[in-house]
Amino acid sequence: MYRYDNYDQSIVDARVEEFRDQVQRRLAGHLTEDQFKPLRLMNGLYLQLHAYMLRVAIPYGTLNGRQMRKLGEIARKYDKGYGHFTTRTNLQYNWIKLADAPDILAELATVEMHAIQTSGNCIRNISSDQYAGVSADEVTDPRPWAELLRQWSTFHPEFTYLPRKFKICVIAAEEDRAAMRLHDIGLKLVSRDGKVGAEVYAGGGMGRTPMVAPQINDFVPEDEIVSYLEACLRVYNRYGRRDNKYKARIKILVHELGVEEYKRQVEEEFAHMRELGLNPPTEELDRIRPFFAGPAYETGLSDEIDRADPAFALWVDRQIAAHRQPGYAIVNISLKPRGGIPGDASAEQIDLVADLAEAYSLDELRVTHAQNLVLPHVKKADLHAIWQKLDAAGLAEANMDLISDIIACPGLDYCSLANARSIPLAQKLSERFAGADRQKDLGELKVKISGCINACGHHHAGHIGVLGVDRKGVENFQLSLGGSGAQDASVGQITGPGFSEDGVVDAIEKVTDLYLSQREEGERFLDTYRRLGMKPFKEAIYG
Amino acid sequence: MKILTGNDLGTGDVIWWAGDGWSRQVGDSVDVGDKGDELARVEEAALRVVSAYVIDATVDEEGVRPAHIKDRIRALGPTVRPDLTLKPNDADAGNWVI
Repeated sequence: MYRYDNYDQSIVDARVEEFRDQVQRRLAGHLTEDQFKPLRLMNGLYLQLHAYMLRVAIPYGTLNGRQMRKLGEIARKYDKGYGHFTTRTNLQYNWIKLADAPDILAELATVEMHAIQTSGNCIRNISSDQYAGVSADEVTDPRPWAELLRQWSTFHPEFTYLPRKFKICVIAAEEDRAAMRLHDIGLKLVSRDGKVGAEVYAGGGMGRTPMVAPQINDFVPEDEIVSYLEACLRVYNRYGRRDNKYKARIKILVHELGVEEYKRQVEEEFAHMRELGLNPPTEELDRIRPFFAGPAYETGLSDEIDRADPAFALWVDRQIAAHRQPGYAIVNISLKPRGGIPGDASAEQIDLVADLAEAYSLDELRVTHAQNLVLPHVKKADLHAIWQKLDAAGLAEANMDLISDIIACPGLDYCSLANARSIPLAQKLSERFAGADRQKDLGELKVKISGCINACGHHHAGHIGVLGVDRKGVENFQLSLGGSGAQDASVGQITGPGFSEDGVVDAIEKVTDLYLSQREEGERFLDTYRRLGMKPFKEAIYG
Repeated sequence: MKILTGNDLGTGDVIWWAGDGWSRQVGDSVDVGDKGDELARVEEAALRVVSAYVIDATVDEEGVRPAHIKDRIRALGPTVRPDLTLKPNDADAGNWVI
């Protein structure tokens, strides 16, 4: 993992003290709320439905045990004993007091963490593949690139006041586990003639105008990736709309200019930047890379797993992914217990996962955009011991990518932007489809719920998506089918009129029943939907 | 009736204008009539509230009920965590939210 150098640490420490001063001035009345709001947002502090909410950045979703334990400690000391892992692989505390915020940031800084750029119209936390560095199908480890981009984008003076927020994702595998093409810019590292470079996708996103990012360059050499990104952002910063926040994201610019014209302007800017020689020195990437060198794996380990315990075997079949190193496995920890709140973890559960990371996963863990956790380096011989500890803590649900592995935003239970509650619907669905055999029979089926059109719950990318809307003060839920955030990315289509909360649960059951009756050998729900189209599903739902 | 709500500047707690100060209980709310916006300005300037706004509400024998579900959830706490609401020991605490 990357470790801060003195420069990283000093800018984070300085930011804490700057914010401490700003908070004191606000509490003393020297700053109005209008003056203070943009300052607190730049430090991840929102005012939500019930209290201040602090969003902590987890760069490219990677943590060590010490950092995770600090998150649990803060939950216990300053919040109400829990945190919420988000679809941006960050963590949110829901009950923060304004006067405590600088102390919390100071505590985070002691473990090389912060809340910078988790809000505002800037480049947000860089996201990546939760299996980075351990999956067998990647060209190279994307994390050095994610870290380089983190450093490049932190306090970047030119991109601090963009037309809107800006999200960048870096992956390096064929399988897209990070919804790369639904980011403002997605990079897929590839190899060509033995050299690493990036496919560049621009103009993706969710929100009220969902778009899958088109490819604008099929190979940017690795030593030019940063300046190419800079060119992409410069064109956006220059021409992105600032008069209408609903049309301000880069996806609108790319769409309105057309891909070819946007690409032409980027290439023109890129040519100009080449003349300026603005690429960061390759020495910096060389300095970063060793932090992500493969850990000291043991060799000669067995790949055998004792599956005598059926509950353990079920968990292994669902939650374990192949590791590139013989004798090791990737463990996915579900934060979606039956009837639970997707993404929530108690301080005790956070502590436990920190302990497990230190004891069994070479002191490393990951957060996924699906609001789950990952132990990336686990010896297969240790799987049973880990499962027992997870089970005792309510963290051994075996439902990865099944219908109860639901993504849900905080919704109207917490969020001031929301129109409807997401979590109770997720809870009802996970109860309705709780049977292990039923879930297994349904197979991969990604349900995603957003409480408003901002789409933090990624509903556009759900095989089954649900959007909560406000209909004259009453919650109403629109159903959509056929979305995907994976390598076959697509935007779901709305089925028709919306439903009550119970009504949409019934409608989803009708959709799954039709799938079961119509699927062909080996077809996932998404495959059957794509083969049949919307019509039969609509008939099943509305009669 | 019109009632005034906002968040406590320091704690962020949801608060309701009770006539002579702020309360954490929506039931203490008083009708502010057409004085709500002015009250909000004065109270914000005095650092006693942030993001204050006026909402519609009704009152009956069960107490004050904000007109919109968002404010009813603000008044109670998250419906999915009854242990964190204002009345964690009251099994019926959230029944009036929906």
